[in-house]
Amino acid sequence: MSGISRRKFLAASVAVGAATTLGGTKKALAAGSFSGYPDGMGVLVDLTRCIGCRSCEAACNKEQKLPDPNLPFDDMSVFDQTFHHGTQKRRTDESAYTVVNRYTPEGSDPIYRKVQCNHCAEPACLSSCSVNAYTKTKEGAVIYNGSVCVGCRNCMIACPFNVPAYSYSSAFGAVVKKCIFYHETRLKDGLPPACVEICPQEALTFGKRKDLLKIGHQRIQTHPGRYIDRIYGEKELGGTHWMYLSPIPVEEVGFDPRPGNEPIISHVKDFLGVVPMVLAIWPALFTGFHLLAKNQEGHEDHEHEIEQQHDEEGGQQ
Amino acid sequence: MNAKQILTTLMMVLALIVVGSTAMAADMPEQVTIDTMVELFEAVEFDHDMQSELGEDCSVCHHHTTGTGTTDDRCISCHANSDELETVACINCHVSDPFSSEQLSRESQEIYQFHIDRPGLKGAYHWNCTGCHEEMGGPTGCEDCHARTPEGGVFYHKDATGSAGEGGHL
Repeated sequence: MSGISRRKFLAASVAVGAATTLGGTKKALAAGSFSGYPDGMGVLVDLTRCIGCRSCEAACNKEQKLPDPNLPFDDMSVFDQTFHHGTQKRRTDESAYTVVNRYTPEGSDPIYRKVQCNHCAEPACLSSCSVNAYTKTKEGAVIYNGSVCVGCRNCMIACPFNVPAYSYSSAFGAVVKKCIFYHETRLKDGLPPACVEICPQEALTFGKRKDLLKIGHQRIQTHPGRYIDRIYGEKELGGTHWMYLSPIPVEEVGFDPRPGNEPIISHVKDFLGVVPMVLAIWPALFTGFHLLAKNQEGHEDHEHEIEQQHDEEGGQQ
Repeated sequence: MNAKQILTTLMMVLALIVVGSTAMAADMPEQVTIDTMVELFEAVEFDHDMQSELGEDCSVCHHHTTGTGTTDDRCISCHANSDELETVACINCHVSDPFSSEQLSRESQEIYQFHIDRPGLKGAYHWNCTGCHEEMGGPTGCEDCHARTPEGGVFYHKDATGSAGEGGHL
């Protein structure tokens, strides 16, 4: 009797397992990839135009009402600052949503690169957030709701650009801070960010992402030798809304080449699709295993009892 | 054609040239006040007379608009023999609000397809001025041309005295 039920149970388990696998594959395929908001706005950063005047930092500081800086914004000694034993240049933090860093490749004039949130089409911060604090808006910005943030800092680990920063200075209600593209105060009304407006060199070009790509490719074509043939952010990490034109390979201006073109969510999407099914099936599966094991134990006990009886009988003889 | 006719023609041509150049010189401003960032910086008095003496010809700054021809490879196919335009001031083509939504939608319907990605006024000034200043050894620092207003000083936090590297967790 128990043999038949065990066989039935195993067959059922295999069937359920197969269904899970097939179901998972289908779901993963259906999820596909998000092609972004084509009419979303963005900024094209042209590193050949930036002169490192840091006016964008000052404009951001003023409009976002950020704390006073340690050094004036026209103090260029900040470019010499390094952290973690010289391995890291300045990064964004709770008091600066954008920073400009200087790179000095051999045999070339210094190149300055502005750092801020790149407003990914498929943001890793958003995928990693367990309380759904992040939103990618159709206007192109990646914004967040500080009131639901629990301060887990998963987004800081997930971001391939090391952008979200933690407000370590406040003990209560500490949240993650980053550039939000002035979504509420400017972007919704079609206004460019303060950093773009102040830039004396027009190193920052504001426009629809699709138009910026056209402009970027045209600049590369029109000025042979000025740029490398790549708009960083066109394809990288599934596409970003802030993109870069560079005169030298992007690795030499501090971009990490490792993440590639796949959005971060692609690495976890298939796995995450299986999670609900695992939650539904595993309890039944393991209850089955448990019952099976218990049944086996019953047999052993029975046999043991018989043996004992034999022993007792032998003892009596 | 007798000698008298030739002389008359010559005189007319001469008169035209004189009138033409007088008109051009009259149109040309001696000074241009650049005051688009007066909140943070004092207005810059651009000495147009002095600069036009330095420049080889008008097209160095004015491209094809002054009717003096152009040597830029990208412009020459259409504008090698373009006439002088009615308006030749920078701001007539390089707008002061290149990223306003009105301007962006205008650009997207731009019929002059070769003029896309045209810099705004501030970009055009800075590229032209500092580009030339670098070549000619002119001043290139921000405050060499732009005296800061008190608001500008506040904007750049000129009184910040903290030490470098106090950056929290960095």
